[in-house]
Amino acid sequence: MKRDTQKLIPIFLIGILLIIWEAVVKVFHIPLYVLPSPVSVGKALVEEAGTLAGHGGVTVAEALAGMGISLILAVVLGIVMDCFPLVRQGLYPVLVVTQTVPMVVMAPILIIYMGFGIGPKILTVVLMCFFPMAVSFSDGLEQADTEYVNLVRSFGAGLLKSYGLVKIPAAMPSLLSGLKVAATYSISGAVVGEWIGAQRGLGYYLLRVKNSYMLDQVFACVVVIIALSLCMNGLVRIYQYAAFPYMRKKVDNR
Amino acid sequence: MKLEAENLTFSYGAKKILDNIGFSVAEGEFVSLLGPSGSGKSTVLKLLTGVLKGEKGKIRIDGREIRDPSGRFAYMPQNDLLFPWKTILDNVCLYGQIHGSLEAMRKEARGYLSEFGLAGYEDCYPSQLSGGMRQRAAFLRTALCQADILLLDEPFGALDVITRGEMQDWLLHLRRKFERTVILVTHDMDEAIYLSDRILILNQSPAGIVDEILIDAEVRDREWLYSQGQLRRKIYGRIMGRADAGSAQSRQGPEEEAHGVMQRKRNER
Repeated sequence: MKRDTQKLIPIFLIGILLIIWEAVVKVFHIPLYVLPSPVSVGKALVEEAGTLAGHGGVTVAEALAGMGISLILAVVLGIVMDCFPLVRQGLYPVLVVTQTVPMVVMAPILIIYMGFGIGPKILTVVLMCFFPMAVSFSDGLEQADTEYVNLVRSFGAGLLKSYGLVKIPAAMPSLLSGLKVAATYSISGAVVGEWIGAQRGLGYYLLRVKNSYMLDQVFACVVVIIALSLCMNGLVRIYQYAAFPYMRKKVDNR
Repeated sequence: MKLEAENLTFSYGAKKILDNIGFSVAEGEFVSLLGPSGSGKSTVLKLLTGVLKGEKGKIRIDGREIRDPSGRFAYMPQNDLLFPWKTILDNVCLYGQIHGSLEAMRKEARGYLSEFGLAGYEDCYPSQLSGGMRQRAAFLRTALCQADILLLDEPFGALDVITRGEMQDWLLHLRRKFERTVILVTHDMDEAIYLSDRILILNQSPAGIVDEILIDAEVRDREWLYSQGQLRRKIYGRIMGRADAGSAQSRQGPEEEAHGVMQRKRNER
């Protein structure tokens, strides 16, 4: 009961903010091209639902493709870095440096190399999502208890089996944390890629309606981006709940 | 099956932990390695399992030297080391999973669950079990190994006194039933006396075996254990390295002799 009330607090707070926002726009007669009221944003959401769904689908597809590629890369690289400490020492700083370059700088360069197709958008997602997953997974592998590894080795397991039995399962909670962060970023990554140059997608839609000063539609698009990002995060949580029952208790306590 | 360890020597860096340790264990025998903390008892087990490589020394089973001992020994660590992501049944069947006989072992394991006090918990995760139950599960996992010798590394050290006592009673009962060869590492004198056929006493590192005590008791129960005052005094003296401890034998009362405690003093190495 207490936890349920606590969950209601942010919803309550957002509700109050929306009411104040609506009132301010009404009282001071703020024009639509400066700040749309929540009600007009809601109307735009309904009116543009079909268009937003079409563009949203493209963005989600790019985000999912990017996430998938990042996941495979992160798992492979994490295991390689764990097996060969030299690779880890050499590559880890490079990975950190790649994260310091802003995506809005990288995206146009990618478009120069790869054209205006879906490729550079997926790559933007990969560049944003890969890092949190690779880092959390390789840290998880590194922190796996060597006592467990010794145990399976003493039971006659080889190196490969010790990864399958101990290290990878032990690193799963870390990988899932990274995956949750990455899933939240993935939609933003795709939108940045589309913003720089695309024919479809929420980023492209955003740029178009912004240039026409239809701020109610800009805000409606932002709402869709937020919702999709939360959904991606939620998908990972659902997957975690279904596939890793032993983690459930911890999740519930959070 | 007879295990012989000869001249086992091991150092962590510059610090010598084991110095020329040698002992032998016969089929079906329950031998305890008793010594103070940090005396290198666990290191002996790690050398046997092959997790650590010794500087010198030989391990023989039935006279044949073994270089890659995995499979001959089943190791049980102090903290249960059950995998939190596996159910109890799958934890217990780890050996089967490694060696590709998971289904057969599941069937076998189900037959032991009630004996190990785990019936009805096979689909639970370790976090849902008490410390004693987890330890019993870890013991079942060890016992299900197709290994010649079980190595128990302070298996009850992390449990509270009451649970530890229950587990010792349970292990004593199980011992009679299963007749497996066991090497138990412990720093609990009473545990060693209660469970073993033979106790090897280790001194501080670099550890060597300073004494060997045979315990040949027909009936073992807590009362029997509490009446072993003389034996405890002697073992304590040997651990502390007192030269006069050996003379305890001559002071031993007739009642304790009647309980069938035989002690054999060994020449110090």
